[in-house]
This record gives sequence, structure tokens and C-alpha cells, in this order.
Amino acid sequence: MVITVASGKGGTGKTTVAASMADVLNDCVYMDGDVEEPNGHILLNPEIKLTEKVFKTLPSIDFGKCDFCGKCIEVCEFNALINLKSEIILFEEMCHSCGACIYFCPQKAISEVPKEIGVLRYGTAKDNITFFDGILRIGEPSAVPLLKRLKSKIENGKITIIDSPPGTSCSMVEAVKDSDYCVLVTESTPFGLNDLKLAVDVLKIIGIPFGIIINKYQPEFRQLEEYITANGFDLLLKIPFEREIAEAYSKGILPVTYKPELRNHFKKLMTEISGKIKPEKVNAG
Amino acid sequence: MNSFNSTKEISIPGKIAVTSTGGSMDSLVSEQFGRCQYFLFIVPETMKFEAVSNLGEQMQNGAGPKAAELIIKYGADVLLTGHVGDRAEEVLKRGGVKIVDGYNGTVKVKDAVNIYLSNKSKEQ
Amino acid sequence: MPDKSYKQIVVLSGKGGTGKTTISAAFTGLIKSKVIIDCDVDAANLHLLLKPERITSHDYYGGKKASIDKTRCDECGLCESVCSFDAINNFDVDPISCEGCGFCFRICPLNAISFNQVKTGSYYECLLEDGTKFYFAKLSPGEGNSGKLVTEIKKNALDNLPGDLKWVIVDGPPGIGCPVNASISSADIVVIVTEPTLSGIHDLKRLVELIGKFNLKSGIIINKYDLNQDVTSQIYSFSEECNIPVIGKIRFSKKFTNAIIEGKSIIETDENIRNEFINIWEQISMWGK
Repeated sequence: MVITVASGKGGTGKTTVAASMADVLNDCVYMDGDVEEPNGHILLNPEIKLTEKVFKTLPSIDFGKCDFCGKCIEVCEFNALINLKSEIILFEEMCHSCGACIYFCPQKAISEVPKEIGVLRYGTAKDNITFFDGILRIGEPSAVPLLKRLKSKIENGKITIIDSPPGTSCSMVEAVKDSDYCVLVTESTPFGLNDLKLAVDVLKIIGIPFGIIINKYQPEFRQLEEYITANGFDLLLKIPFEREIAEAYSKGILPVTYKPELRNHFKKLMTEISGKIKPEKVNAG
Repeated sequence: MNSFNSTKEISIPGKIAVTSTGGSMDSLVSEQFGRCQYFLFIVPETMKFEAVSNLGEQMQNGAGPKAAELIIKYGADVLLTGHVGDRAEEVLKRGGVKIVDGYNGTVKVKDAVNIYLSNKSKEQ
Repeated sequence: MPDKSYKQIVVLSGKGGTGKTTISAAFTGLIKSKVIIDCDVDAANLHLLLKPERITSHDYYGGKKASIDKTRCDECGLCESVCSFDAINNFDVDPISCEGCGFCFRICPLNAISFNQVKTGSYYECLLEDGTKFYFAKLSPGEGNSGKLVTEIKKNALDNLPGDLKWVIVDGPPGIGCPVNASISSADIVVIVTEPTLSGIHDLKRLVELIGKFNLKSGIIINKYDLNQDVTSQIYSFSEECNIPVIGKIRFSKKFTNAIIEGKSIIETDENIRNEFINIWEQISMWGK
């Protein structure tokens, strides 16, 4: 069972929610998929046991064979290859590793070489949380290959919580895709509402069932709850806007570890979500 | 500077490329490199020129390096423009093209070339 | 260098939710002769505070995508086998996964695949109450490639600037990826908004590493500085280390959130915050000279 925690907007408390869910479940897998800014390790404090490099493939031209016919440049939609007359150079960060240049080269002069784009880390946190995170190298244009590698570590049988990248871009879609359920975290501001709507649009398109958690809840901002009720969405939990929680977070402390009441809410939440997933699975065939 | 004692020869480039908003010498210089409308290739000795429209204007990505590739293909020695991005700069340098940037879009192409040539002769 | 009348300021944060947009809006309220560009295209929010009136909208074509003509396809499966993005299943292209490499289009033996530009978002030119031009964009759900949209919206704005303009303010995207790179291009000044949390300082360091590759005047604003004095002093030491000054610090306050809820700029609601911003702005405008 895979549950992804996402949010249209950054800074809503997505990582806090994902880490709290892992903390109350204890026997589960936590994956930090926010590979541009991975922060789950700060809250869960894992003991890292293994680090694995992740690669993408880049073309490499053998100039002994190349006759500068220009076919590779013609088929590259990303303009990653540039002809300098005496050599052809590759802009690594523009290459999407599609393999077209390699396939279409009439001289068979192009081969694949690996290029490191980041690392996956594996460890244990708390007592029994299997922890994974990914760290994308600075300047790498796409998080998708790293996310795919991270998701390849999902095992059946255990609940896996994925902390998604924020926003609604291709990396968020990659993180959420194939999940059984998605928890959307929002906050009581017009920003939170606006970005929640964007995230809901994405989940509807890719067809993932979801529920909503309002973090930094302030009853004064009624439009948010009105939107949720009017559309018949599941409001899973409201976490109050408290300075104490913000202070604890700033020190890397999870609120569920010292607020027994909130801990109970999260426990109930996990039971509720499990209940929602099973019938969905059957329907999905 | 005492020009009488100068032993250096004045080196006039064979071909100058200028980013332009139009296809004539009276068009204004384009401050943008990769996404300018035209490149004008000028032979300073005769001031004859060739105008080439820039496909990079429409490109989704990599317009800068692609434009640099074109400059090299047309055999320019010097490029006059507003601003060149990092990737395009790398291509131009490796292709042996000298970049003279900082021209703004209020100057005509022919004036830009003349300013460059007169600065060049003062230098030496 | 070309003589331009204005300076361009980009507001960045690394981590989301630090108050970047609210701070951009505060600058907007303080200065005259400005153009505002919201480059946080994945989650554009500044318009919620500035309440602009839309004048023109532009379609944004974020790249080509493949599409299979079922009537010509004989289901040989070659396209699916060469696709590196798992975008083809059952002889159908998933437009969200398709990255637009065109491999399938070129390899199809029956020419059954088309490969055309598709609309992936829109951007808007707007006017604020005081006549200031404001630009923002919306991407279609699930669309990436926002780096190019950032470039396009900035180009559209910068190509149409009023003659004697003083400031261009860019509300930058979060993170450190391609859209951030695109938003810094042609900037003069970078303002980094951070918060004294462990993740805030972590992301600040990654952002500073990226900015170091450009050669720009930059300063740090610590939002909610009183939440954690330890981390705030760590930010100060880091600021000295990397030679980027702290130009302002703002107290944690519910007034901040309340202003957003009421759709107001924070400088309209609190005199102390307003003074702090005037002080910050004085430092930034010194760099503009």
C-alpha cells in the first residue's frame, strides 16, 4: 500500500505530515521524494546504512567513427548537441537521455555512458521505519529519473509513505503516480486554497483517490472548508496554527512526539486511510 | 598612446556577426543573442553583408547554443550583441569567435560595426 | 554594458512557505515606478494579494508531444520499446509522461505518429490599481518545463517596459532547479528569504551555492527570526562565511497570516513591519545606484 503526501504549495507542512504518519505507524517505509530539497531526514533522524549512486545515460561520440553528417544533431529535440565543425559537443544538463541520437547515427559512432545525477540513501529511523531519501545533484534539470529509482525500492506488504516534491510539476506527478492514496496538505490562507485546487486538478487527471489535511488551521479563513465541503472532498484532519508547533519544527522535532492528542489523531487517520484504500483497490480490479 | 611607435598591425576581422532586429544594416541591434530575429554577417573591408534569419527565436530550449553553432558555421570571427548566455558563450569560445557584448538595442547595425571598428583601431 | 534605466530584483527562497511571495508583495507596496513579474509559475500566488486586472492573455506552448493515429497504427510496438519515459502504453501516448523527444515519431515504420506543439499553459499581462504592470502565468495541471515559461514571461515583460522605469521585481520559483536558473537570468540583485528552521538553513545553503555561479548583489531576509534564535545565529554566521549580508529580519506573527487571509499586503496592517521593510528597501536601493 502506497500513500503519497503532496501539496500544491511548498511550506504547508507536507514533510511534517508525512514524517508524523511514518512515526505513528512505526512499522513502515518512508521515502523522501522531495529530492530537490530533501528534509525528511531532519525530522526522522535516520541512521543511514547504504548510499547508492543513481545515473542517467548520456551519449558519447567516437570521433574516430564520426563523419559529421549531423544526423544526431537533427534528431535531438532538446538541442543538447552542438556542431563545432571539428567536434560535436554535448550539453549534459540539456540531454533527456532519450537515446535517439544513438539509434539514428548511421556510423554507429555513439555509445551510452553513465552520468551520476544524485544518490539514494537507505537506513532506519525511530525503531522500525525503513527510511529512503534521494538527493538530486545541484543543477540537474529533472528529478524524474531519481524518483523512478527511489520508487523501484517499494516493496509489497508494508505501508509506504512517499513525501512528494511540492507543486504540480512533472516530478510531483511522478511521485504520486501509481499511489493507492494521496494526502494533500494545505493551509488556511488564500495561497493554500489556490494551490490545493491545482493539486486536486492533477490528482483528478491521473485518477488517484485523495483526502485533505489542513495544517496551520485558522477558523477565520472559511473559504477553504467551504471549498472542501462544496466539492464533497474528504477533510481528514485539521492541525491548529500554533507557535509551539512552528518552534518545535524549527528544531527538527515532530509535533506527534510530544503532543499525545495529535498522535491519537494521526493514529486514527492512518486507520481511516487504510479503510479507504481497500475498497478502492477492489473496484480498480 | 603614441601611435607612431606602435609596431602592432591593426587586425581587422574577416567577418563580423551582429544580432539584429531586422534584415538590413539600418536595423537596430538585438540585445538578445539566442532569440534575436536576424544575424547579419558583415565583411568590414567592403561592408557587404548577408542577413540570416534565426530559427532559434522559436525554439523551446537551447536557442543560445544553436545560434552560436550558426555563427561558427558562417565563419564569423567577431560577434557584436547585447548579452550572451553561458552555454552559447562556451560554444562561441570553443569555436574561436570573439564576443563583444554590451551593445544596446538603440544602435543601428551599421553604427555598431563602425563603433567596433573605430575602437579596434584606437586600441592598437 | 548596455545602459538600462532599471535594476532587476529577484526574490528567492529555496524552501517553499518561507514568506517569499508575501515579502515580494510588501516591496510592491513600497515603491513606485516598477514592473512586477510572478515567476513562481508552478504555484502562482502573488496575484491573490495584488488583485490585478487582466489585460491580455497568451497561450504558452511548452513543447512538442507525440500522438498516435490509431487508424494507421498496426500495433508493432516499436514506439513503446524505444520510449525512455514509459509514456506509451497500449499504443497510446500519455501526454503527462511524454517529454517530447520525438524518437517514436521518427522510428514509426507507418508514419502513424504525429509530433506537434501543444499548449501547456497561459500567461497574463495585467494592470494593478496604481497602473503598474504585472505578469503571471498558469501551467496546465501536471505540466513541467516551467523554466521555459519563466523565460518567456520574463521576455514578454522586459520587451515591453516603460521607458524610464526604475525597478523590475521578480517573485522567483522555489527550489534550485531550472526555473530558478531562468528567473535569475538578467537579474541585478537577488533577495533570499529564509526562516530559522533546520530545513530553512539547509535549503539556504543549496540556494547560495547556485547563486554563487552568477555574479550578483545579494542579501538575506530572515523571516520568523524569533522562532529559533540558535538557528538565526547560525544563519548570521553562514551569511558572514559566504559574504551575503542579512538585510532584514522579521518577527513571527499571526498578523502575517491574517494579512494574507484578508488579502492585504503586510505593510498595510502593521507599522513595525512597515518600518522594517522601509529599512530593508533602503539597503536594496543603495545597491541599485
